[in-house]
Amino acid sequence: MKKKFFSIKNILFPILFCISYSLSAQNNEGQIHGNFEIDAQYYNPDSAIGAPAVPEKILSNGFLNINYTNGNISAGLRYESYLDVMQGFDSRYQGTGIPYRYFEYNVDKLDVTVGSYYEQFGSGLIFRSYEARGLLYDNAMDGIRLRYNPYKGVYIKAIIGKQREFFSEGPGLVRGADGELELNELVGGMAKMKTHIIVGGSFVSKYQVDQDPIYNLPQNVGASAARINIIRKGINLYGEYAYKINDPSTFNHYIYKPGQALFITTSYYKKGFSIMLDGERLDNMDYKSDRTQTGSILDINYLPDLTLQHTEELMTFYPYATQPNGQVSFESEVQYKLKKESLLGGHYGTDLLVNFSGSNGLDTINLNDMSTTRNEYKSNFLSVGKEMFYRDCFASVHHKFSKKFTGTAEYAYQIYNKNVIQGQVGWPMIYANIGVFNGVYKFNSDHALTFDIEHLATKQDMGNWASLLLEFSMGSNWFVSALDEYNYGNSNPAQQIHYFIANAGYMINANRITIGYGKQRAGIFCVGGVCRNVPASNGFTLSVTSSF
Amino acid sequence: MKKYFLSLAIIAFVGSSFTEPQQKTFGKLPSVNVTALDGSVFNTSKISNNGKPIIIDFWATWCKPCKKELDAIAEDYPDWQKETGVKVIAISIDDSRAAAEVAADVNAKGWTYDVYIDENQDFKRAMNVNNVPFTFVLNGNGEIVWKHNSYADGDADKLYEIVKKVAKGEKITE
Repeated sequence: MKKKFFSIKNILFPILFCISYSLSAQNNEGQIHGNFEIDAQYYNPDSAIGAPAVPEKILSNGFLNINYTNGNISAGLRYESYLDVMQGFDSRYQGTGIPYRYFEYNVDKLDVTVGSYYEQFGSGLIFRSYEARGLLYDNAMDGIRLRYNPYKGVYIKAIIGKQREFFSEGPGLVRGADGELELNELVGGMAKMKTHIIVGGSFVSKYQVDQDPIYNLPQNVGASAARINIIRKGINLYGEYAYKINDPSTFNHYIYKPGQALFITTSYYKKGFSIMLDGERLDNMDYKSDRTQTGSILDINYLPDLTLQHTEELMTFYPYATQPNGQVSFESEVQYKLKKESLLGGHYGTDLLVNFSGSNGLDTINLNDMSTTRNEYKSNFLSVGKEMFYRDCFASVHHKFSKKFTGTAEYAYQIYNKNVIQGQVGWPMIYANIGVFNGVYKFNSDHALTFDIEHLATKQDMGNWASLLLEFSMGSNWFVSALDEYNYGNSNPAQQIHYFIANAGYMINANRITIGYGKQRAGIFCVGGVCRNVPASNGFTLSVTSSF
Repeated sequence: MKKYFLSLAIIAFVGSSFTEPQQKTFGKLPSVNVTALDGSVFNTSKISNNGKPIIIDFWATWCKPCKKELDAIAEDYPDWQKETGVKVIAISIDDSRAAAEVAADVNAKGWTYDVYIDENQDFKRAMNVNNVPFTFVLNGNGEIVWKHNSYADGDADKLYEIVKKVAKGEKITE
C-alpha cells in the first residue's frame, strides 16, 4: 500500500516541533541586563578658584553593572575604573577592578545572597550598607546574607561579612540580625484594622583585633535597636531607638561612653495638605568596622540628616552634615495646595511649602575623667545644648500662570556653624539670606526655556553671590544650558569671579550623553532633567550613562 | 528524498510564522521587596494591571524634574486611565532621612498613583536605574518595552503616545 505523504504522522512531528520550540523561546530563559556610566574631565589649572594643575590632564570615573536573572536565580558583578579618579573624590579609589560580585537565589521564602550585597535594618541607625555612586560612597558588605519570610507578616534578615574599602576590605567583621513583624498580617484579629502597626528589632556586632599599645579596647562592639511604625490613613508615626556599647575610636577620641540614638518622624496629611515634624538625637553614634578610620569609609550605620534637601544652586551653598558625636536636630514642614479656581490659588492652583529645620549640640557636662574612666562627658537626654549648629527657614510658592508659563519663588534664611560642620576653628557663624525665582516657559510641545535667578546675601565667608541659569530643551532629546554664578560680593576683588558653565546633552531613551565646559561648584546639580551630586571642578566634562 | 525536503519546508514555513520578530523587550520585572505607604511589604513581582499598560516612574522628594513629571502626568491621569486603563506606579528612592516626606508630598500634591518606597534602592539597582527621573513602560504581559532617563517639559505627552501604542498592542520601535 502506498503511504500517503500527508499522513497525520508526517505532519504532526514538524508541527509539534515548531510549537515546542516557540514555547521554549517564550519561556523566560536567562536574561542579562545592566547599566553603565563614565564621567571624564579635562582639567585646566586655575589658581584663582584653587583648582590645582592635574598632571594626567584627563581624569575619569567609570563603572559597568551586569545582572543575570533566570527565574529565582540572579547573579552579577560591577566593574569600576578610576583612571585616575576625578578631583574631589578619595584618591584611594585607584585603578580598575571588580569590587562587587554576587549570587542570589530564592527558594521557599528563603533568599540567600552570597558575595556582595547592600542591606538596611530599620532606618539604618545601627546598620545600613548602601551605595551613592555620584559621591563614590560605597560600604558594600561581602559575605553572606539570608532573608526569610517564614510566616505571613514575619520578616527576618541575617548578615555577616566584611565591608568594602576601596578595592579591598576593611579589617572588621560585621554580623547581625533583624526581625520585623507586620502585626496586621500576622495577627488574625488585626487584619481588618484600619491602623497598621509594624514593629522591629535588630542587633549588630563588629569584631576588630585590639592592637593598641595604650588602651584596652573592646574587640567586640555590639549595638541594638528597636522600632515601631503606626500608620492610619492620614497619620504616620515612626520611632526608632538605638544603643551602642563602648566603642573607643579615633572619631570619638577613644572614649568608653556608650552611644544612643533616637529618631522620630510624625506626619499628618490629607489631599492638598500635609504637616510633618521630625526629631533626632545622636550621642556618640559613629560606628565603623575600622576604629582608626575618620572619613566616610567603613561606616556600619547611617544617621539620617533632618535638614531639607535643597536643589537650587545657592540654597545648597551651606549644606549641613550630620554630627555623629552629638546633635539634637528637628525638621518641621507644612505643605498646602491652594485650590484651582480659588481667589488666591488662581486658575490652576498654587502650591505652598514652609520648612523650618535645625540642629544644636548636646547639653553636656564634662566629667574630666580622660585619665581614668574616659567617658569624657555625660548629657541630659531631655535637654538641648546651647551651641547652634544649623538653622534653615525656608518658604516656597509654586504657581502655574498659564498653559505656557509656570514659576516658583523661594526664600531661605540659613545659619551655618562652619567650625562644627567642617571641623575647623576660628570661623564666625555664617548668616545667609537666599532668594530664588525660577520658571519654565513652554513655546510649544517641543521647546521650553527654563530660567533660574538666585541671590545669596551674607556678610561672612565669601560674601554675596548672584546666579543665572538658562536651559533650553528641544524635544525630548536635546538640551543646552548656561549657568553663571558670580561672587560679586567677595571682599577680595581678585576673588570676585564668574563661575560660568555651559552644558549640552543628547538623550535617547535610556542613553544620555552630556558635555560641559566651565567652572563648577560642588553640590546637587540638576541639568537636562536629571539630578546628581557633583564635586567642584573646572574644565571640559563628558558624561555618558546608559542602561541595557 | 522529496518527502524529506517537503517536511523541512513545512517546518520552515510553520516555524517562521512562530518566530516572526516579536516586540523587543527588556524583560519582566525583578522580584524585590519595597514598602507601601501603609507600611506593608510589597513584592515587585506582584505588579500587574489586568493586561493593561503600566508606567513605573522612579523619583525622589529632592528631585525637581521628577516631581514636575509626576505633576504633569497628574493633570491628565484620569483621562489616560479612561482611555487606556494605564496604571502609574511611582517608586521613591528616598532614604530614611526623607521617607516620611514621601507620603506628605504625595498627599499635598494630590497624586493618586500607587506609591512605594525603595529605601535602600534595591529595586533601583535591580532595574539598572542610573539616575532619576527614570521611567519604564510595561505592556500587558508585564514586559518592559520602553525606558527613558530624564524629563523635559512636554515629555508627559510623549510618554502617553507610547502608552496608547502599548494599549493597542502596537510595536514600540524607539
